[in-house]
Amino acid sequence: MANLLVAQNVSKKFGTHTALNNVSLEIPEGSIFGLLGPNGAGKTTFIRIINQITYPDSGSVILNGEPLKPEHVKTIGYLPEERGLYKSMKVGEQALYLAQLKGMSKQDAQKKLKYWFDRLDIGDWWHKKVQELSKGMAQKIQFVVTVLHEPKLLIFDEPFSGFDPINATLIKDEILHLKENGATVIFSTHRMESVEELCDHIALINKSNKILDGKVLDIKRNFKNDTFEVGVETINKEGLKKELAEKYEVSEASFKSLGDELKLRVQLKPNDSANELLLYLTSKGAVTHFVEVVPSVNEIFIETVKRN
Amino acid sequence: MSKLVLIIKREYLAKVRNKSFIVLTILSPIIIVAMIALVVYLTKVNSEEKRVVAVLDESPFFSHQFETGVEASFINFTDIPLSEALDSVNSAGYYGLIHVPSGDKIDVVANDIQFYTKESPSLDILNSIEGKIQHKVREDKLQSLNISSEVMNQLEANYEMNIVNFSGEKNLKGVNEFKAFIGGGFGYLIMMFIIIYGAFVMRSVIEEKTSRIIEVIISSVRPFQLMLGKIIGTSLAGITQFVIWILSAGILTYVTLLVMGVEVDAFQSKATISPEAMQTINEASASQDTLQLYVNELMKIPWGTLLFSFLLYFSLGYLIYSSIYAAIGAAVDNETDTQQFMFPVITPLMLAIYVGFFSVFENPNGPIAVGFSLFPLTSPIVMMMRLPNGIGGTGVPWWQFIASIVFLILTFLCIVWLASKIYRVGILMYGKKPSYKEIYKWLKYK
Repeated sequence: MANLLVAQNVSKKFGTHTALNNVSLEIPEGSIFGLLGPNGAGKTTFIRIINQITYPDSGSVILNGEPLKPEHVKTIGYLPEERGLYKSMKVGEQALYLAQLKGMSKQDAQKKLKYWFDRLDIGDWWHKKVQELSKGMAQKIQFVVTVLHEPKLLIFDEPFSGFDPINATLIKDEILHLKENGATVIFSTHRMESVEELCDHIALINKSNKILDGKVLDIKRNFKNDTFEVGVETINKEGLKKELAEKYEVSEASFKSLGDELKLRVQLKPNDSANELLLYLTSKGAVTHFVEVVPSVNEIFIETVKRN
Repeated sequence: MSKLVLIIKREYLAKVRNKSFIVLTILSPIIIVAMIALVVYLTKVNSEEKRVVAVLDESPFFSHQFETGVEASFINFTDIPLSEALDSVNSAGYYGLIHVPSGDKIDVVANDIQFYTKESPSLDILNSIEGKIQHKVREDKLQSLNISSEVMNQLEANYEMNIVNFSGEKNLKGVNEFKAFIGGGFGYLIMMFIIIYGAFVMRSVIEEKTSRIIEVIISSVRPFQLMLGKIIGTSLAGITQFVIWILSAGILTYVTLLVMGVEVDAFQSKATISPEAMQTINEASASQDTLQLYVNELMKIPWGTLLFSFLLYFSLGYLIYSSIYAAIGAAVDNETDTQQFMFPVITPLMLAIYVGFFSVFENPNGPIAVGFSLFPLTSPIVMMMRLPNGIGGTGVPWWQFIASIVFLILTFLCIVWLASKIYRVGILMYGKKPSYKEIYKWLKYK
């Protein structure tokens, strides 16, 4: 898969504060890319550089095979974290204006707006002023304006903050739909769990440095350490625990279940097999739970920060 | 380029459709006209209310002197004592009583004349009464000296200095003041426009910041385009408002005056002009020569140059100041935070107006006038006040005119560059109360 966007050694300073330190990223075409990290890590600065709102002090960004240039704004749709609309302007007029600023013709914009307004069932808002709309309604319009010009690259900064669950699901589905139609999507957020299941690639950014990136599955594979959460119904809980502790690394586990079984985290040693463990457990009692522990992105992030 | 046009269009429409803008545009001429109408009405009422002044003349000199005129009508009391006269004046509600004591020398009598009033009398009436007494005393003295009024008229020496410039053309009194007034008007217009519409630009920037749409916009256009579009769009709205005001105020005033039955001529002659001045004006219009000179002088005011330079200075001055306003708007989160930055912006404008009125009118080519008309933050206003004398010749030297324009353009480029830097960084800063130090740091961001 070709890369839609390649950032090479991008650095950016604001006065004495370093916002980005030598960050290199590759964002494959057609992927959903998670740009993850705590607040103030430099995510928004990176996104603003892609949008040519600010410029890097050094390094380069290649979009679609070319260095960033002004015409590229047409190929990008950006929903910033700080987002809003002109309050006293009518919805339709405003959407047309923003679409035309992106380089669309008026007729084209009108046609596509009609499609989107019908699709999201907001057609009768056209003549309303934004100040008459609720926050959720305004968010829908912001979304429409972001995707209207059919950008190749969609960038959402903290996309689901402030969305109610219904709108969040709706927007999520629309984004997935756009991805199927060939768009590349960047999610930037500090709430890593909120986009974890959506992303197929991620990059972790902490204190202006990229600390990890790659395919989500690869990263998780690297970070899993053959640990299983097990639940066994047995009379002699303490005995079983002791026996297990002789062969494996064992610690207490807490997961929700209906019974009062023995709950443990069991880490295999390099040459152990999971099947052996399972067989052993079934011989001791009724196994209610047997799950490989896959680290969440959050855990991976904390782990990586510790290691560095 | 078309994006700039889009932005200008939006800013213009957003401003023009704004309710307060519409209300202000419509109401202002109506308020102005209403005020003019009120003044005219009050003047009429005032002049219709005749004041009655009683005269008690115990001397032989003034009995026919007090004739009913515009300011007051007079009633002659005869053969009653002063106290009785005062009583009846009081009970009849007259304006006052002139008491002329008895005597045979007019000098002495005139010195002892008393004017009794309830309150301190109006200057108009006082002047009129004093004039009448003065006239009588003078006539009497002439008679006693055996001088006829014809002789007296021949004695009159009305001297007026002829003012001529080096090329021998005749100059006229008052023309300089008139020219300064025109220049001052243009200068004042520039200042008002900058202050009012500069603030509009600033508010519009703050609005974009607080409504959080700014980042969406500048992901499509460059911040500089947005700033420029805002400035131009707002100024077009301002020009629209000005044109509407001037046209409608003109029309409405004319209509109102017609409706109220005041002929424009009558209104003009109502203005109090002393008899002497009236005489000079009459003489002037009698002598075609002088009138022609005034007309020549008016024609000589370089209207073309004046209008052209007004547009030039106005545009450059407005662009400079409104980009400063835009930068201020970008630096703050709300309008209350703008206070600390407003003072330094308005100071040069006020300075220009004061320097203009106190120094340039007096001496249009003096060092202060020259200095301030070259300094780019004051030159649009001060230079406009100097320009009615034209460029070159007796007016503003060419080098000064060109230098001021060059300075303005350089400053404009420099300020717009600085402002757009502050603007670019500021519009994305939230929740920071900016200090001058902080803003200085922004200038260094890439």
